[in-house]
This record gives sequence, structure tokens and C-alpha cells, in this order.
Amino acid sequence: MSPILGIYASQISGHLSNFYSIATQTVGAGGASSITFLSIPSTYTHLQIRSINRDTSSLTTTGWSHAIFNSDTGSNYFRHWLYGNGSTVTAASDSAAINGGVPVASSVTGGSISNAFAGSVTDILDYANTNKYKTVRHLGGLDVNASGDYRISLISGLWMSTAAITSITINPSNNNFAQGATFALYGVK
Amino acid sequence: MAAGATYTPIATQTLGSAAATVTFSSIPSTYTDLVLVSSVTNSSSGSNYSLSFRFNGDTGSNYSDTYLYGNGSSAVSGRESGTFVNIGNTTSITGTFTPTITHIMNYANTTTYKTVMGRGNNSGAYVMGAVGLWRSTAAITSMVIAPEFSANNWNAGSTFTLYGLAAA
Repeated sequence: MSPILGIYASQISGHLSNFYSIATQTVGAGGASSITFLSIPSTYTHLQIRSINRDTSSLTTTGWSHAIFNSDTGSNYFRHWLYGNGSTVTAASDSAAINGGVPVASSVTGGSISNAFAGSVTDILDYANTNKYKTVRHLGGLDVNASGDYRISLISGLWMSTAAITSITINPSNNNFAQGATFALYGVK
Repeated sequence: MAAGATYTPIATQTLGSAAATVTFSSIPSTYTDLVLVSSVTNSSSGSNYSLSFRFNGDTGSNYSDTYLYGNGSSAVSGRESGTFVNIGNTTSITGTFTPTITHIMNYANTTTYKTVMGRGNNSGAYVMGAVGLWRSTAAITSMVIAPEFSANNWNAGSTFTLYGLAAA
């Protein structure tokens, strides 16, 4: 790292000891119909999913990849979202519980420009607490520069279960995950 | 599942005097994502400026971004294309440093364009989120951060800390 004239630059060594990489999955050639993290240890306080995401659809209107926890496909999920698409702002929520999970990753559709992927950082708070429903907080977005969709999203999700989260299954927003889509799971102590 | 500690501080810069730009160079490719935590004010006469990024010295029209903000009375979304990507918003109010956390996703990947996103609070004017794209498949090895590459500076006391996150 080069110090800059007129600036006090400091080098810091070592890492912060409370943020751990648990596992990463990168989609290979041929795509993938889902991404699953199994046997998630309960030794952390929070989880974070960081992703770059793209699907294989021919659509140009984007969506979000949703996560199902502990294989629960019942109507036990709620979502609130606020997003802008470059011209309008939308704020909305589910009027009733849904069974499709909660958004954890923005997605670029396959109909958009090549090489572009949506970015997302999603926190799953107190995931191992057996006295609380589980809350998810998502920041994600994509800008594909005049070809396809644009979106910056702030989303909260709720899984109405007090079970500790031990597995996460993430489904694509449309069709399959495209090659290169990457989901990294971290634990925060 | 493998687990390893990460979120490594790479470098911190604290401005001892006003500077038009802040540069991080020779960024190692050993991480998966970069996170920049900044707390800044700009030197303008009462104007708000974005926290703007250029990568690898690229001054071409290869950047675009989409933003969402609330200004205390309404919510607005817009987008722009140009020679840098804007993330967050900064104030010139003395002593009111504006915090922004910016995520630079898969910055060393040589097959994807680079997505940058962040959340910033300018307590004098805005709360906002933004996402940007740098249309290059080059690994990011340097970045320059400026108040919209205008004639203004970052004020003394502004801080920038760059972290690296390595995925398993």
C-alpha cells in the first residue's frame, strides 16, 4: 500500500478476530438450480451472506434470490422492501405470510449485458437463538448500464420460527443460477 | 465446513491536511471482497458531494450507478453514467463527518465486471444507498476516491479504512 503525500498513512496487520469465512459456493458451467449451505454451526452470533449473482433467464426485469431456512417451505416468511430502479421508488410489504422464503441476493438477469453481476450483503441476525423469530437484513443492487434493469434494494425479511438456522437453501430469481454466481457465508461472533 | 478468520484491515488513511483525492494502490488480490469504511467532509461552500470512485486509473466513460435516497421529506431514485461511480453522499458542514460503508464485490475476479455498493448517511441532508458498475474485467489493484472529482477537497480529519474479506 503506497502512502500518499500529505496524508498520514498507516499499515495495519492482522485480521479482526470476530468475522469468519464458513463456506463459499461458486456456480460452475451449466448453472445450478439452487445453492445450499448445510450443517451451519451454531457457534456464531450472526451470519452474513455476500454474493455476486446472475440468472440464466432471458428476462430483462430483475428480481431477488430467496432463501429457505431449515427446508421450511411453509407460509412462514414475511418481507418488507424499499428499492429504487433509477427513476421511481417502491416501498411495499407482504400482506400475508409467504412460503417462498426471504430475499438474500439481488440478481442480474441473463437478458442483461454480459459479465455483469448483482452485488449483495445480507445479514441473518441471531440465527442460532431459539427464543426469537429470525430477522434478515439485505442491501443489494445492480446497475447494468442501459441494458436491462437497475435496482438498489433495502429489504428486511422475517422467518417465523424459533429454530436455530442450520441450513440455507437459496433459489434463483428466475431459471437457474448462471456460471460465476458466487455465495459466501460468513459467521460473526 | 471450513472456517477462517477474515475481515483484514489493509490500510488506513487519515488526512492531516486537505486533499483532492485519496488513493489506495497495490491492493493485493488475495481477498474476495473489499470494504471501505469512510468518514469524511468536503471543502465546498455548503454543497453535498458524492463519494466517488475510479479504479486502476481508468478515466474513461466506463462507470454507472443507481441510487436511492431520502432527504427528510421525499424518496428519490436516479441513475447516471460517466467517468466515475458515485456511492454515498458527503457534507461540508464542519465537524459533521459523513460515514459510508462501501462494498467492492469480487474485486479480483477477471471474468466479471465489478459491482460496487454502499450505504451512507449524510445527517445534514440524506440517507442513501447506491450501487455502481465498473465495466471492466480487470482485477482492481488501485482506487482513487474524490468528492465527485470536482475542484473540492476532502477536509483534514477525513478517514478511510480499507478491509479485505477472504471467502473460504
